[in-house]
Amino acid sequence: METLEKDLSRDDQFQARIDADVRIEPKDWMPDAYRKTLIRQISQHAHSEIVGMLPEGNWITRAPSLKRKAILLAKVQDEAGHGLYLYSAAETLGASRDQMLADLHSGKAKYSSIFNYPTLSWADMGCVGWLVDGAAILNQVPLCRTSYGPYARAMVRVCKEESFHQRQGFEIMQTLCAGAPVQKEMAQEALNRWWWPTLMMFGPKDSESPNTEQSMKWRIKRFTNDELRQKFVDMMVPQAEFLGLTVPDEKAQWNEARQAYDFGEVDWNEFWSVVKGNGLCNHDRLQARVQAHEEGAWVLEAALAHAAKRAAREAVAA
Amino acid sequence: MTNWGPNNKSIMSQSEWPLWEVFIRSKQGLDHKHVGSLHAADATMAVQNARDVYTRRLEGVSIWVVESTHIHASNPDEAAEFFDPAADKVYRHPTFYTVPDSIKHM
Repeated sequence: METLEKDLSRDDQFQARIDADVRIEPKDWMPDAYRKTLIRQISQHAHSEIVGMLPEGNWITRAPSLKRKAILLAKVQDEAGHGLYLYSAAETLGASRDQMLADLHSGKAKYSSIFNYPTLSWADMGCVGWLVDGAAILNQVPLCRTSYGPYARAMVRVCKEESFHQRQGFEIMQTLCAGAPVQKEMAQEALNRWWWPTLMMFGPKDSESPNTEQSMKWRIKRFTNDELRQKFVDMMVPQAEFLGLTVPDEKAQWNEARQAYDFGEVDWNEFWSVVKGNGLCNHDRLQARVQAHEEGAWVLEAALAHAAKRAAREAVAA
Repeated sequence: MTNWGPNNKSIMSQSEWPLWEVFIRSKQGLDHKHVGSLHAADATMAVQNARDVYTRRLEGVSIWVVESTHIHASNPDEAAEFFDPAADKVYRHPTFYTVPDSIKHM
């Protein structure tokens, strides 16, 4: 084995470790492209958590009860935490926090397009938890076994916390669907708006996802976009039926032969248009982030100055 | 630039708060275990931030924070040679020795 390893190039050795399901840790040698892919994916994931706080933050002051408000606060706080786990995982690859934030704020780095849709009614809080977090969980559970150690460990923590998010969303939907007709209508109307954008969360079709093959080979990704999208539809259509709601897709029918649901085609023009910045909320989301960063900059500076002053005082005293 | 890792200071800019590694004791009687890292201006803030980031669901009863620059690590590229001395000393394990079946309590 030893002589064999020597004969292999570094890239081949690396791939051999991946194939043997050995996790890669921060200081291990890795191909530049692997590092770059991970930094892009993890930082994009972190940005999605942070930007994802905004559509829900919108409803904290409008939650219908103290209980719902406390739950929503806890959920938004979790999302901040998830962003921090992920930023710190990306930092182990040599990315700097400042640079990642600068890339988000300049529009160079992307975040999940789902957060560029507005949250118009309380039922949207139900749909965000039930559908959006449901889709996120499907994406994230396989990432608990992704090949890069710090990313996988961060995802284990995220997944543990995420399941409360989905359940509280489903409970909101259940409550609305068991309520007055106008409440059930509100739930249906929210489902109509969120269904298709949620299907887009899994990314472009496999045939149009050039990075998938390499990411699967490196075991960063464990399932393709289309595989996960199918799983999601199979899970969600029966849940919508349980709620007495209908997904807004006439083609969503059980296919006995495939043992899976058929479903219609996602509007890919809309998908690419939102990715390119033309969604309803792209401008507002980014502006809110930049504003928070700029208006909070003095806190970062003041805390550093305070720490330096105190360290100097302690040095004199000692 | 091969020394990527928690103790690489060169990647941090001037305005960024220092990076701290966080260790949590999940319950009395267990070791503190590394859980991740975070930024904080000083140790007090690092402990408070660690509580908010890593123990929102009672995951810990005690927190250690260490500024990442203070952590020194073995070199993974030399791991094979570095840990090699222990590889051929099977006699350090109890299973190396044969004990007759009739002998109990050993």
